[in-house]
Amino acid sequence: MTIYFSKDHEWISVDGDVATIGITSYAQEQLGDVVYVELPETGKALSQGDEAAVVESVKAASEVYAPIDGEVVEANDALADEPAKVNEDPEGSAWFIKLKVGNADQLSDLMDEAAYKAYVETL
Amino acid sequence: MSMNTQGRPTNPGEAGESFRPKTFTGNRGLDMEEPLIFEFGSLETTGVDLDEDGGVEFELGGHAREAEIGLPGLAEPEAMRHYVRLSRNNFAIDSGLYPLGSCTMKHNPRLNEKMARLPGFADIHPLQPASTVEGALDLIDELARWLMVSTGTSAVAMSPKAGAHGELCGMMAIKAAHEAAGRDPKIVLVPESAHGTNPATAALLRYKVVSIDAKDDGTVDLEALKRTIAEHSGNIAGIMLTNPNTCGLFEREIRQIADMIHAEEAYFYCDGANFNAIVGKSRPGDLGIDAMHINLHKTFSTPHGGGGPGAGPVVLSDRLAPFAPLPFLRKTDKGVELVETEAATREGEKPFGRMTAFHGQMGMYVRALSYMMSHGSDGLKQASEDAVLNANYIRVGLQDLMSLPFGERPCMHEVLFDDSFLKDTGVTTLDFAKAMIDEGYHPMTMYFPLVVHGAMLIEPTESESRASLDLFVATMRDLVMSAQRGETERFAGAPYLAPRRRLDETTAARKPVLKWSEPEPAEVTPAAAE
Repeated sequence: MTIYFSKDHEWISVDGDVATIGITSYAQEQLGDVVYVELPETGKALSQGDEAAVVESVKAASEVYAPIDGEVVEANDALADEPAKVNEDPEGSAWFIKLKVGNADQLSDLMDEAAYKAYVETL
Repeated sequence: MSMNTQGRPTNPGEAGESFRPKTFTGNRGLDMEEPLIFEFGSLETTGVDLDEDGGVEFELGGHAREAEIGLPGLAEPEAMRHYVRLSRNNFAIDSGLYPLGSCTMKHNPRLNEKMARLPGFADIHPLQPASTVEGALDLIDELARWLMVSTGTSAVAMSPKAGAHGELCGMMAIKAAHEAAGRDPKIVLVPESAHGTNPATAALLRYKVVSIDAKDDGTVDLEALKRTIAEHSGNIAGIMLTNPNTCGLFEREIRQIADMIHAEEAYFYCDGANFNAIVGKSRPGDLGIDAMHINLHKTFSTPHGGGGPGAGPVVLSDRLAPFAPLPFLRKTDKGVELVETEAATREGEKPFGRMTAFHGQMGMYVRALSYMMSHGSDGLKQASEDAVLNANYIRVGLQDLMSLPFGERPCMHEVLFDDSFLKDTGVTTLDFAKAMIDEGYHPMTMYFPLVVHGAMLIEPTESESRASLDLFVATMRDLVMSAQRGETERFAGAPYLAPRRRLDETTAARKPVLKWSEPEPAEVTPAAAE
């Protein structure tokens, strides 16, 4: 299982042809307390860069983008009832969606953990 | 002598210097703890004296309500006290410096209020025959003339109710113009520092929003704009841009932006929320703008905030003028006439429809025109200059201690700081803002615009005196130095002295209580208080 990171602070964990996507710990810290999460319907086809989900904090609403093409096979509905999980365990149980990978080549545009860490340092 | 024995010393000396009593009532002296009206009004009480059966014959058919609706009753003096007490907890431009950025807390001369209360304006009804309200129609027409002259435009849609409604009006006119020309472009360009209502308006009209990056100096990146236009050429409906922008900076390349947009047969919508900085100094029409709303309540005064009435007339260029919505005024040799229906339109008038049931906010029109006429063109210009001067006075007073994200260039009517001066102090932007409340100031706008980390956007009212600005600057400097000295306690729990302490916004948003329910009966009895 390989984990990738996007410049928009999403993480993507790929297992076979399924990619699990969430937001990074850095992102939840910047957002502040998350109060609402809006997730896509299962079956929705997303292209790279499309708005996949919306995450609302006390400060502002932000979009979560699809880092790669794919079809939504599962959304983490538990987040709707417990948005606080995004702050507590962003890179674990508070994943947002699982995508059936549409174009694995796009993964090469993303960063690995070390590169993402270095990127965050520059912000 | 005849001796009065009631004399006594009045100086308490040092007695109780540090004692803060916990009061029985919860009141803190004249700072009253006021319950909700539902918590102390009773269903059995009424402020109106009616016969038992009311002596009223209803003509509601079978629609008369059968059950009580549960409204609490109060005697008139109690109702009066309730609202007066609540009003004392209000912070307003009339009680102190109110530096909220991006939402101009405008000087509101009392003359405007007097004019708006003239019965000839205050007591008319929108369904009165037009022939009985000619004076009011003339006033609207005169206000429209002032708006067109000050913006250098040739038409104005008066009816929109506020800024965002005006945006919608302007963008609907743009859409109608494209449709009339047989075009159907899908994209609206919006700079990243835009007011959130701009992309929302475009999205509501089913346009796709494409964001334009800013340069390091906080203004639109012309090269990025050029690239985006080339990429979407032929499919662009228009651009929505705020000038001065949300960082408080004037978009100096606005003419080039307008030319690039017009070369695409697209339209230039300007968000006029910050027009108060440039009234009398530059005319949006000369800058190539096709449509711009004017927040009368911000730019031309009317108390606002807290959901009070707004008014957002939209000035339109020649190209968009034919599409102005109903109702509108038409000048004829017999005077001003009100065009209310499509059937009454003439050749060349192609209204896109109607946005409001009636003609707009009459009270706001009266206040705005009163403000304009009493200031005159020179006074309006000076108000803009004073707004810009005050913001720069604050900028210069604070720039060595706080951090300017775009360098020390002059700002317009508002000055934007970021939170890098709080780095490693353990004090957040939110804490800092709350500590300002203890000092008697309404905080500035925080965390907006989003393009800056921990934004603090300060907009002083143009009528603030130098003494008032000096005190504000000194207070801010004291707070900054206090944070940098590590006095975190002053911030962490602030506000300490307000009627309410810091509210838990997170829980309020996660678990909102949207319905009032009867509180548990209070257990306070005189015996329990002992």
